[in-house]
Amino acid sequence: MAKRGDIVIDIEKCKGCEVCLAACPNDVLAIGSEVNKKGYRYVVKVNSDCIGCANCAVVCPDAVITVYREKK
Amino acid sequence: MSENLITPENLVYKKTKSMTDRILHYCPGCGHGTAHRMLAEAIDELGIQGETVGVAPVGCSVLAYYYFDVDMQEAAHGRAPAVATGIKRVFPEKYVFTYQGDGDLAAIGTAETIHACNRGENILVVFINNGIYGMTGGQMAPTTLEGMKSSTSPRGRDVKSMGSPLKITELIAQLPGTYFVTRQSVHTPANVRKTKRALKKALEYQKLNKGTCFVEIVSNCPSGWKMTPVQSNKWMEENMFPFYPLGDIKVPEK
Repeated sequence: MAKRGDIVIDIEKCKGCEVCLAACPNDVLAIGSEVNKKGYRYVVKVNSDCIGCANCAVVCPDAVITVYREKK
Repeated sequence: MSENLITPENLVYKKTKSMTDRILHYCPGCGHGTAHRMLAEAIDELGIQGETVGVAPVGCSVLAYYYFDVDMQEAAHGRAPAVATGIKRVFPEKYVFTYQGDGDLAAIGTAETIHACNRGENILVVFINNGIYGMTGGQMAPTTLEGMKSSTSPRGRDVKSMGSPLKITELIAQLPGTYFVTRQSVHTPANVRKTKRALKKALEYQKLNKGTCFVEIVSNCPSGWKMTPVQSNKWMEENMFPFYPLGDIKVPEK
């Protein structure tokens, strides 16, 4: 079984560009309906299928995402 | 099952320390942010944050000095390689890089770029090619593709009157002063990782004093191309890469 992961999204930095959505293999991310202080609809986590591959964080132009993955 | 995974020992990826916490001013989806971060990660992986001096250009990335937590110097438009030459000659032990866009490097700064590379200055030139002048409103750049629409070529670039797109990276690779010349992109996770490896290699080569390292990063400009970021990445794959193929152009002889 794939290792489980989790992400933390820095919503104030997110510009809702959706580049991370295309990079996620498990469709964990989606654009939410709320806006941040800059007026962008930011990215949110919609399920718990994250495997901690860090693809979203690697392609994010604004370094919004921090990725965690279980050790064992 | 619901144990908390967000603990320091489970951390696999976070923003690197050579990048400041400032919010980037770039448009949503712009490749500049990713390119900045990869250069910062390469600097951190080599542990040379304190020994690196960057030269910022004029263009979209004019504020690069806000985002890199290393010593930075702003240059006049197009003159970054000349400024970097001076810095490197005064501080030969420092790692010196310039970060320039296509309008800066391939238009107004062509002379400085070509001569710095021809002299084989031991600097790293990072060249972001998005085929357009993004900052000033999407005008045609030397690297704009044939038939590509911009605000100053509204019917598409006509090569008869406007000339052909300039492959400056191939031109630079001809010069004996260059040591490592490559073209990368930052639109998919795999390409981003490759770009970081290329930048890291280029910084390592700087220690050998063998000549200029030149890394082109083909990037998108969602605002200038008038597309969404995801569309612009797709457009880039379909239109930019056939003309600007990715890969190493000049690699050091073994």
